[in-house]
Amino acid sequence: MKYYTYYPGCSADATASPLGISIPPVAKKLDIELKELEDWNCCGSTPYWSVDKLEAAAMATRNLALAEKKGLDLVTPCSNCFVILHETNNHLKKRPEFKEKVDKALAAGKMKYDGSVKVRHLAEVLYSDITPEGIAAKVTKPLKGLKVGAYYGCQLVRPDGFDDPESPHSLDEIITALGAEDVDWEMKARCCGSSLVMPEQKVALGLVNKLLKNATEHGAECLITPCPLCQINLDAYQSVVNSQFHTHYNIPVLFVTQLIGVAMGIPAKELALSGNIVSPMKVLAPYL
Amino acid sequence: MAETTVKSPPAAVKSFIDEVCSIPGGESINSCIQCGVCTGSCPTANQWDYPPRKVIAMVRAGLRDELLSSNSMWFCVSCYSCTVRCPRDIKPADIMHALEIIALRSGKSTKKSNTPIMYRCFVDSARGNGRVYELGMMIKLFLKTNPFAALKLAPVGLGLFLHKRLPLRPSRIKGMSGLKAILDKARELGGAK
Repeated sequence: MKYYTYYPGCSADATASPLGISIPPVAKKLDIELKELEDWNCCGSTPYWSVDKLEAAAMATRNLALAEKKGLDLVTPCSNCFVILHETNNHLKKRPEFKEKVDKALAAGKMKYDGSVKVRHLAEVLYSDITPEGIAAKVTKPLKGLKVGAYYGCQLVRPDGFDDPESPHSLDEIITALGAEDVDWEMKARCCGSSLVMPEQKVALGLVNKLLKNATEHGAECLITPCPLCQINLDAYQSVVNSQFHTHYNIPVLFVTQLIGVAMGIPAKELALSGNIVSPMKVLAPYL
Repeated sequence: MAETTVKSPPAAVKSFIDEVCSIPGGESINSCIQCGVCTGSCPTANQWDYPPRKVIAMVRAGLRDELLSSNSMWFCVSCYSCTVRCPRDIKPADIMHALEIIALRSGKSTKKSNTPIMYRCFVDSARGNGRVYELGMMIKLFLKTNPFAALKLAPVGLGLFLHKRLPLRPSRIKGMSGLKAILDKARELGGAK
């Protein structure tokens, strides 16, 4: 059994609920104990960083301070939460004057942070701690013949991720471990438009269109991603892309844990497969 | 032979560079060699009033008002492609975040992009409940920008709602008073300078 403190992030509880729902049953099968950080708050995300960096860092550090008491690595399934919490740690380490201010802010809430927490992405834990071999050992329903494209997005691998920032391979190895056919495609770590989909929809959906085009041209029947925002842009906005760009995409976009769960024989309901907007039931039918 | 002298930049130029350098992540701007890898790597550069390489040049030329009132940095999607490719280890994405902070602080942020408003709505939501309430934030954004755009997006929202992905109530942390004290103190300390 491996133990971690778990930081779901705001999306895993809401717009990315299939992610939040599919993690516990998969973790259980893989002998991972994820203990949710009590009373965690929003990491601040990129918007807060772009409004006030000190407030944003203070907000993120409250989580690190809560996690420090637990003494375990802090694991999040959200790529943006990962970057924010990890980079906050970096700023505090490299900039003593900045840390002094954050310390003062935390003290106002009767908290303190010594800087000992290691922030990790769930995908990295799956790849490095559990390993593709460890995952393969738990596969009961190999996804033979299913053509899956790994979509990494940006913030899992940049600016300071665990995999190659340009041409990552960890999720591809996990796909292979599940018995599926790994589809190689050039844009697997290019941007989906992120939160720009709200204020500048046209620009963001132009990027989504490029991704879906590239993935389907390479024969992917479905995609997997670890990132809540990437999943929403590619899944929930797929019909809008179709109407704006006169395309006919119908490609399910699953969270990594959902596909791992299918290959481990976990029932569809426990993996919230009905939560995906583009239904994955048809492509997954042979394995359910 | 005429004597050559190296002039230090005018005070206004220096103060803008110092302002950017004072924000964590902005410090490295002086190392830029204007190679343009950042612009070539940026997925949205064609939308920017001034693309990333030029943004950095403009900071160093002290063109504060032109830059802060442009739409440029608001199109940064934080994909960090520029950051991992920069041969000088500059962090252009962090510089864009620093410019966003300065633009908001100085009241010069552009009306050509709705991103500043979205960021404000997000921060208000995070400050208000300790967690972001996505539905509330989206409604506020559309009311403040373009209510008709909300109608166009209704099918996306409805899809998320029908798939149990759009809770109708915000989630609020228990330690709100502590968080508020922390954030108020951070604000009192005058932001990251």
